Amino acid sequence: MISVTVNGTTHQIDVDPDTPILWVVRENLQMTGTKFGCGIAQCGACTIHLDGYPIRSCSTPISAADGGTITTIEGLAAPDGSLSKVQQAWIDEQVPQCGYCQSGQIMSATALLRDNPNPTDEDIDDAMSGNVCRCGTYPQIRRAIKTAASS
Amino acid sequence: MGKWTRRAVIGSGLLAGGAFAVGVALRPGNPVDSLKPLVAGGEGEELINSWVKIDADNVVTAIVPHTEMGQGVRTSLAQMLADELDADWEKVTVIEAPTTGDYVSQHMARLFVAPGTLGGPNWLEPTIDGVFTRLAKMADGYATGGSASVRSTGQRGMRVAGAAARHMLIGAASDAWNVPTGEIRTEKSTLFHDASGKSAPYAEFAAAASEQPLPTHPALKKPSEFKLMGKPIPRVDLREKVDGSAQYGIDAIIPEHELKYAAVFAAPVIGATLTSMNAETAKSMPGVRQVLNLQDFVAVVADGYWQAQQAINTIETTWSKTDNDDLDQDGLFERYGDALDDAAEEGGTTLVDEGDAANAINDAATKVVAEYRVPFLAHAAMEPVNCTAWVHDGVCDIWTGAQVPLRARTEAANAIGFEKDQVRIHQMALGGGFGRRLRDDYAVFGARVAQAAGVPVKTIWSREEDIQKAYYRTCTTSRLKAGLNKAGDILSWDNLFLHQKDPPDAALIGYYDIPHQKIRVLEEVSMHLRFGDWRSVDASQHGFFKESFIDELAVAAGQDPYEFRRRMLRRSPRYRKVLDTAAEMADWGSPLAGGYGRGIAITQAFGTIVAEVAEVDMSSGSPRVTKVYCAADPGFAMNPFGFTTQMESSIVYGLTAALYGEITLKNGAVEQSNFHDYEMLRISEMPDVEVSIINGDSETLGGGGEPGLPPLAPAVCNAIYAATGVRVRELPLSKQRFDVGA
Repeated sequence: MISVTVNGTTHQIDVDPDTPILWVVRENLQMTGTKFGCGIAQCGACTIHLDGYPIRSCSTPISAADGGTITTIEGLAAPDGSLSKVQQAWIDEQVPQCGYCQSGQIMSATALLRDNPNPTDEDIDDAMSGNVCRCGTYPQIRRAIKTAASS
Repeated sequence: MGKWTRRAVIGSGLLAGGAFAVGVALRPGNPVDSLKPLVAGGEGEELINSWVKIDADNVVTAIVPHTEMGQGVRTSLAQMLADELDADWEKVTVIEAPTTGDYVSQHMARLFVAPGTLGGPNWLEPTIDGVFTRLAKMADGYATGGSASVRSTGQRGMRVAGAAARHMLIGAASDAWNVPTGEIRTEKSTLFHDASGKSAPYAEFAAAASEQPLPTHPALKKPSEFKLMGKPIPRVDLREKVDGSAQYGIDAIIPEHELKYAAVFAAPVIGATLTSMNAETAKSMPGVRQVLNLQDFVAVVADGYWQAQQAINTIETTWSKTDNDDLDQDGLFERYGDALDDAAEEGGTTLVDEGDAANAINDAATKVVAEYRVPFLAHAAMEPVNCTAWVHDGVCDIWTGAQVPLRARTEAANAIGFEKDQVRIHQMALGGGFGRRLRDDYAVFGARVAQAAGVPVKTIWSREEDIQKAYYRTCTTSRLKAGLNKAGDILSWDNLFLHQKDPPDAALIGYYDIPHQKIRVLEEVSMHLRFGDWRSVDASQHGFFKESFIDELAVAAGQDPYEFRRRMLRRSPRYRKVLDTAAEMADWGSPLAGGYGRGIAITQAFGTIVAEVAEVDMSSGSPRVTKVYCAADPGFAMNPFGFTTQMESSIVYGLTAALYGEITLKNGAVEQSNFHDYEMLRISEMPDVEVSIINGDSETLGGGGEPGLPPLAPAVCNAIYAATGVRVRELPLSKQRFDVGA
């Protein structure tokens, strides 16, 4: 039995401890905002925060989260529905096209800005290069991160 | 815009609760040929329809018959309708036309448009049911591709529906207020008669409007009258895409029913069938419910997807022999080369034969000959293809994101021995399309797995399956031969290439002033892998072939590549303006830092002319694209922000392919498998992109989703030539070697 706190709620989950966090979140907890993209930590669509750090949930077993704290895209907005400043910047800069990768992009950007409130372009490149966007929203992502940083 | 009525039918009516609805049906014969093959149904069925509904609370609902896959179609189409209607944008909602099997029946169509009972109908057709049958059948034509939504449905459907509704509302107010229609103006979903001070929300005249005669020629606005069209209206689908609540196919749930999950492994070589498998280990693994032999693929159904995937990885399979089991990539290109050799000077299908290209080249002062190649490409949308299906009670419910949902329905029905009316498609958001979901294989697999399993199943392709068992951009070879006269003008152009899909003008160069042209295609040579419409389709490779070769001709003529194109475009002022704009944006001719090169290219695809200038840093020996200037003339950009992002998006998609994109064959199977060996452009490699839009002709619109792609690869490769003197004739660039400082 794995004990894990996801977006503030603690769950006792009976799964194979090798199961990637991605599938536990999506299937056992039915929180589908975190996406499957590649399964080998190459695209970032599955990015979540484990104990505050951005990780690729497709390649991290749930056993690594036992007793830990997970934040997913569903956990960023306030309980009243008001968006985080990164999410709001994503709207203000109209980042999403298909939107599929954006949960992971936002989770990576949120972690970046928490540790580095005023990232340079190089900092953005370093923090965001693990997140692929096939729609090519990179210019908007860069702008949104700067917008969030200045808000 | 007077011609549309010959292709369109307008219907209107009053719905339950006092809502007023106007529908426009477009007939076949619609000029968007690329969509025709995608449409199910027979003679007389309409291609596309557009609806507007005005509710009693004055909310305007635009019903959009196209799939949102990132391109912003919901926003731009609703914008067009709302503008013609003079609707209050704050009170416009947009929904995608439903695609369930039930919808394609009179009953469900009625329920959809008009919950409850109908009242006071005044439809164009003799009976209400007749109209609903007609409208319902139109849903079969619900297809999204060919950069066609705005210029077909938008121009001929959404705008007409909005204008017709407005016309009828004004007519109703005119009767009630006893004033001439010409004295009534509309603004923000409200009717005004300024002289008398009267005003009323649209909803107040909804019932009376439905009694008005249908306009046969509702006047459409001139560009000077546009209030929403041409404005960068924010997208309507942002919130759900930043808070994780958007529901893609992979997110489907079936309320109150437990889902099982399936992993699949399809025949590695297309055409093979399973001859044996050893699944003993898989069957004993935790959570595994069933191992299915479905002949052309194996599926494992389990309690969780990861369990299914782990289990399928242990299955040993053997497959029947095919004629292509020994085919490697080099062998395929040899096959192509032999076919081109055999075709010689006369073989193949002639697409263009103007003047006398064969003899003209003999008179040329300079001859240039080159062979170009491009590889297969996979779409690799971020959402791996997937399908959730449940076969129960004589129906098959399917949850997926399809570009042609009702053809997916037909294909799935055929695969499981159902009538198409027994299959219901629940259309979900698409995590990228790019043409991949113009094929229905995943809906077919999903339905077959669910039928065999007997329970609701979500079937998800692994990324490896998504890349290896897909439909691919054509791998092809093109041979080009041209002659220049003493002045450096192109005298003749001779092109022979393999494979032609769409658009039909992809290889043509009529905009250049070349007196002798011969363009031929060999269509019958097998490329083994299945063809898929990949963003901009044939234009993706022909843009590279044509504009790289034009660059070679400029070099042979000893002329600047921009000035050379400019001169050869002397009879195409619209192209010339686009080219000039890109060159001006890039400050063409200004000095660049050492190791940098600048390249230019211009193409037309899906009606939009695009010129791009790329700046490439070659100082490290491998290309780093630092800047792309893009000038585009789509006729008129309905949403300039949306159009700009589609240009950027196409540039990223095209640059990814130019740098890295390559699917190769070994023993008949695809070698690449995931993003480590089929690489994607990252944010750190993203060039600065500047886009300039030229609204060159508001009567003839081009598309937005694809035309930005074709000029990208040649602009980059021409820049590499400028920097290094190395001419790239085969993509991707990652397989080329460049000498630093050459």
